[in-house]
Amino acid sequence: MSTIAADARLASSRALTHTRAVRRRRYLSNAGVLLLSVVLVVWSLAPIYNMVLISLEPEGDVFTDHIWPRVPSFESFWGVLTQGHWYLEHFWHQFANSFFIGAMVTFFALLFGSMTSFSIGRMRIRHGWLVSNAALLTYVIPASFLAIPFYRIMQKYGLANNPWSVIAALVAFATPYAIFVFQEYGRSIPIEVDESARIDGASPFQIYLRIYLPLMAPALVAVGTYALLLAWNEFLYQFLLLSSMDSMTVPVALAQFLNSDQSPWNYMMATAIVYALPPIAIYYAFRRRMAAGLTMGGVKG
Amino acid sequence: MMDSASVVDVGRPAARRGTLSHSLRGGLKGGEYTWALAFVVPYLAVFVTFVAYPVVYGLWMGSEASLYRELFADPIYQTTVVNTILYLALGVNVKMFLALLLSGFFMRPGWWMKALLLIFVLPWAVPQISTFISIHWMLNGEWGFLNNALYTLFHVEGVHWLNDRWTALGAVIVSHIWKWTPFWTLILLAGRMAIPLEIRDTARVDGATGVRGFVYITFPLLANLYLISTLLSTIFLLGDFNAVYFVSGGGPANSTHVLATLGIRNAFEIAQPRLGVAAVMSALPLVIPLVIVLMRKLRTTEVQL
Repeated sequence: MSTIAADARLASSRALTHTRAVRRRRYLSNAGVLLLSVVLVVWSLAPIYNMVLISLEPEGDVFTDHIWPRVPSFESFWGVLTQGHWYLEHFWHQFANSFFIGAMVTFFALLFGSMTSFSIGRMRIRHGWLVSNAALLTYVIPASFLAIPFYRIMQKYGLANNPWSVIAALVAFATPYAIFVFQEYGRSIPIEVDESARIDGASPFQIYLRIYLPLMAPALVAVGTYALLLAWNEFLYQFLLLSSMDSMTVPVALAQFLNSDQSPWNYMMATAIVYALPPIAIYYAFRRRMAAGLTMGGVKG
Repeated sequence: MMDSASVVDVGRPAARRGTLSHSLRGGLKGGEYTWALAFVVPYLAVFVTFVAYPVVYGLWMGSEASLYRELFADPIYQTTVVNTILYLALGVNVKMFLALLLSGFFMRPGWWMKALLLIFVLPWAVPQISTFISIHWMLNGEWGFLNNALYTLFHVEGVHWLNDRWTALGAVIVSHIWKWTPFWTLILLAGRMAIPLEIRDTARVDGATGVRGFVYITFPLLANLYLISTLLSTIFLLGDFNAVYFVSGGGPANSTHVLATLGIRNAFEIAQPRLGVAAVMSALPLVIPLVIVLMRKLRTTEVQL
C-alpha cells in the first residue's frame, strides 16, 4: 500500500517536472519569437521610417539630430501635390511619363508573351524550343550589361529622349518571364479545349482571343503586375535614355540631386514616398496572385 | 465559341485524340502554320532588335585586346574586381542563408506570423530608388538618422559611413541584403510549403524534428531550389547597378565600384564607352558558365522565379 502511494507520488512529481520543462521551453520559444519579431520589424522599417521622418520636416529643418518627428509638417507633401517648389516643377509630368512607360510595357509584354506562348505551347510550332531558349537566355543576361551598346544603338536611330526606346528595352526584358509563366500555366488547360474549338471551325486567332486569353486571366494578372512594377521601378535605362525635361521620369528626377549639398531632402523624401505608393498598393492588392506567379508551376525541385 | 469550349469531350477514344494532336503538333496545315508563325514573329523581332543586336554590338565594341591591357592596368578596375568578389560572396550567401532560416521561421502558425510577414516584405515592395536614397541619407555622417539614433539611444558617436571604403562597401552589401532577403524568403517559403505534409508527418513520427528534421528531410528537398536561387541571385547581383549607385555612388574616390557601375562610369563619366564595355565584358568568364548551368537547371526542373 505504502509503496504504491510512494510510486504514485513519484510519478506525479515526475509528471509535474515534465510539464514544467515543457512550459519553460514554450515560454523561452515564445520569448525568442517575440525578440526575433521585434528585430525584424526594426530592421525592415528603419529606412522606411527615415523616409517618412525626413518628409515630415519643415523646409530647412532637415539638418537636425532628433529621431522622432517634432512638429510634423505636411508642407513637403503639399509641395509635391501642387508642384510648389523648384525641385518639383515637373513632378506630375514625370509621374505621367512613368505611368505611360509602365502601361505600355505591361501591354506589350502581355501581348507578345501570350502570343508567343500560344504559338509554342498550344499550336506547337516547329522549333518552338529555340524561341523558348532565346527567352530563357534573355532572362539570365543582366540588363545593365547591355546598357552601353543599347544606348549607342538608340543614339544612332535618334531615339534618345524618346520614351519608346525605354519601352522597347523593358519589353525585351519583361517578355521572357511572361512566356515562361504563360507556358507553365497553359499546361493546366487541356489541349482538348483548343481541339474541340478547332473542330467547330474556329481559326487560331479566334481560339487565342476567345478561349486562350480568358482562360489565362490569372496568369495575365500575375505577369501584368510583374511587368508594371518592373517598368515603374527601373532606373538605369531611363537615366541613360531620358534626360530631357520633357521625357524625364520620376526615378530619374529623384536621382538628380542625390549628391548636391543644397538638396531639398524633405521634398525628395516626400517625392520618394508618393512615387512608392502605387507599387505598394498594387503589391498588396495582387500579393496572392503575384506569389502564385513567382512560383507558378515551379518549385517542383 | 465559348459553348464549344465548355463542351470538352475528355472521354473521346484515345486513337482519335492521338491523330488530332498529331495533326496539331507535327503537320500544321498551311494556314495554321502562317498563324503560328505570325504569333511568334513580334517577340522574335523584339529579341533580335533589342537583345541580340545589342549583344553583338557590345561584343564588337569590346573586341580589341588593347582595351583590356588598358583596363587591367587601371587601379580603379583592380579595386572594382575585389569589390565585386566581396559583394558577390557576402551579398549572395549571407542573404540566401538568412532567407533559408527566415523561411523556416515564417512556417510557424498564427496570425502574428502572417502580420509580421506583411511588414517583412515591405523592403521588397517599396521601389529600390526610394529606399536606397533613404539609406544614402540615413548614413550621412553628420545629419543621418543612423548616427542620430546611435547618439540619442546609446551615446555612441557614429562614423562617416560613406567616407571610408570598407564601411561604404559594407553599407552597400547590407542594403542589398536588406532589400532582397524578403524576396528570396518568399521563394524558399513557397518551396517549404510545397513539401507534402505526409513527408513531414512521417519524418516527425520517425523522430526527425528540429535540427535533425531540417538536415535530413527539409534541406535535401529544398537543396535544388536553394542552388538555383543562389545561382540566379548571383547573376542578378552581378548586374545590380542601383544599390551601389545610390548608396555609395561608387565613392569615396571610386573605391566602391562594382563592374556594373564601373562600366557605366567609364562609358558616361569619362566618356570612354569601349572601356565601359570592356569592364562589363571582363565578367564574362563568370557569366557564361553561370548562364549555361542556369539554363540547364531552369529547363529541366521548371523552377521559375
